[in-house]
Amino acid sequence: MAVKTQEGAQLLTGGEAVAYAMAQIDPDVFPVYPITPQTPIIQTFAKLVANGKATTEIVNVESEHSAMSATIGSALAGARSMTATSSQGLALMAEMVYIAAGMRTPIVMAVGNRALSAPLNIHCDHSDSMMIRDSGVIQLFAESVQEAYDLTVMATRIAEHPDVMLPVLVCQDGFTLTHSEEPLVLTSDEVVKDFAGEYKVPLPLLDVEEVTTKGIFALQDYYTELRYQMNAAMEAAETVIADVFDEYSPLVDRPFGLLEEYELEGAEKVVFLMGSTAGTIKDVVDELRSEGQKVGLLRLISYRPFPAEAIRNALASVDEVIVLDRSDAPGAVPSLHAEMAAALYGSGVKLRAHVFGLGGRELVPDEARAIFAGEAPTHVALRS
Amino acid sequence: MSSLRPWQELSPGGTIRPTDAEKPKTGSWRTGIKPLADLSKCTNCLLCWLYCPDSAILIEDTTFVGFDDYFCKGCEVCAAVCPVGAIEMVSEETETPERWVMRSDESGS
Ligand code: SF4
Ligand code: SF4
Repeated sequence: MAVKTQEGAQLLTGGEAVAYAMAQIDPDVFPVYPITPQTPIIQTFAKLVANGKATTEIVNVESEHSAMSATIGSALAGARSMTATSSQGLALMAEMVYIAAGMRTPIVMAVGNRALSAPLNIHCDHSDSMMIRDSGVIQLFAESVQEAYDLTVMATRIAEHPDVMLPVLVCQDGFTLTHSEEPLVLTSDEVVKDFAGEYKVPLPLLDVEEVTTKGIFALQDYYTELRYQMNAAMEAAETVIADVFDEYSPLVDRPFGLLEEYELEGAEKVVFLMGSTAGTIKDVVDELRSEGQKVGLLRLISYRPFPAEAIRNALASVDEVIVLDRSDAPGAVPSLHAEMAAALYGSGVKLRAHVFGLGGRELVPDEARAIFAGEAPTHVALRS
Repeated sequence: MSSLRPWQELSPGGTIRPTDAEKPKTGSWRTGIKPLADLSKCTNCLLCWLYCPDSAILIEDTTFVGFDDYFCKGCEVCAAVCPVGAIEMVSEETETPERWVMRSDESGS
């Protein structure tokens, strides 16, 4: 198969690419703790800072809980702040992730998705992201190294938009993207810097002219209202993300969306999923299409906010949707399955769902074919 | 009590400006004792001001001028940290001004 490479492309891993985007933005503060498969991100970023590419203050903290705590503190103080994590690190950080969102902290975090223990595993699934699904953070999932890079370049603009003011997590599949080299085109430093602009946070903590209290106590009288604000912020984020994508897209001549529609024209059966596995599904869709089968793919990029209405519209004339969750929910249905059941309720579209790819297990083309054919078990490739 | 505000009128994340907060008279929780200063001993070191957990030490510019009954909880921290023993805790019934202004003409003496 001929590989078409864009002009000016170079080979980088997902971890390197995201670190490069962060260095181009040159945040003020980067508190971080290493964890596989995030480590290449901070390793590359630290190298770029040491080589003078960025002037960021990297804070080596003693845990991910502290990494997020320090990121919240510096971001609210008035300094553009970023961090990165994976899996158990995100689990340890979870308490502070809720606080980051609740305090409306516009931070950017790179996530290399990895399965949660136990058993101990270092490879990809999305269970870490799912754990904080209701925290109020925006989560964008990349399919490729190029997309992980581009989403990172755009992330500060989404997080810092006055209508949003929420953390943005740019999620990429551990190892499959973080450690795999793919050709990508980097945007020029000037364009990235110009696009990201200056960091402005309303009422920064270090503003001595207008002093403020942050991290307040709110009981029965105000807790509901302050949590509800995040619903409005997420609703606004759907528009802001689309606007930011539309603004960046012509600069790099690549399309972006909250969803990617692949061969949906006349499709009867459509797979719905997030992340790098979409590449395999696209190949299988191409094969099945050439065999005359009306199949397609709808890939979710913006997991939070979840663009339910856009999904419903995209699938309006489809017979069956096959949801593939890369995480499990013992005793219930996993997140994408549940979200899609809610989004499609009453639409008449049939819904089928599978769990796949736990702990880095590959989904191979034959299994993808079996999924389309309705011959795959609920847990794809489960030995029983 | 003021009426409760809707979510649209709250700053994101509940950030509070001094003007947003109703002035709560937390001094009403006081333990039953309150501080009394002996200005003839006070050296104006402002340790009490630094240590008071309720910002209840009043200063004018950099001069100790007394205690704010509105916020003072009677915790005795100021009396404990005063290096010259200028602060004594007295019973709540003891007559003291609502808002002390202790440093007057005799301060330089
Ligand atoms: S008793 Fe406690 S609250 Fe009152 S002024 Fe002294 S240190 Fe402050
Ligand atoms: S600590 Fe004692 S000496 Fe120092 S300012 Fe307060 S009252 Fe005066």
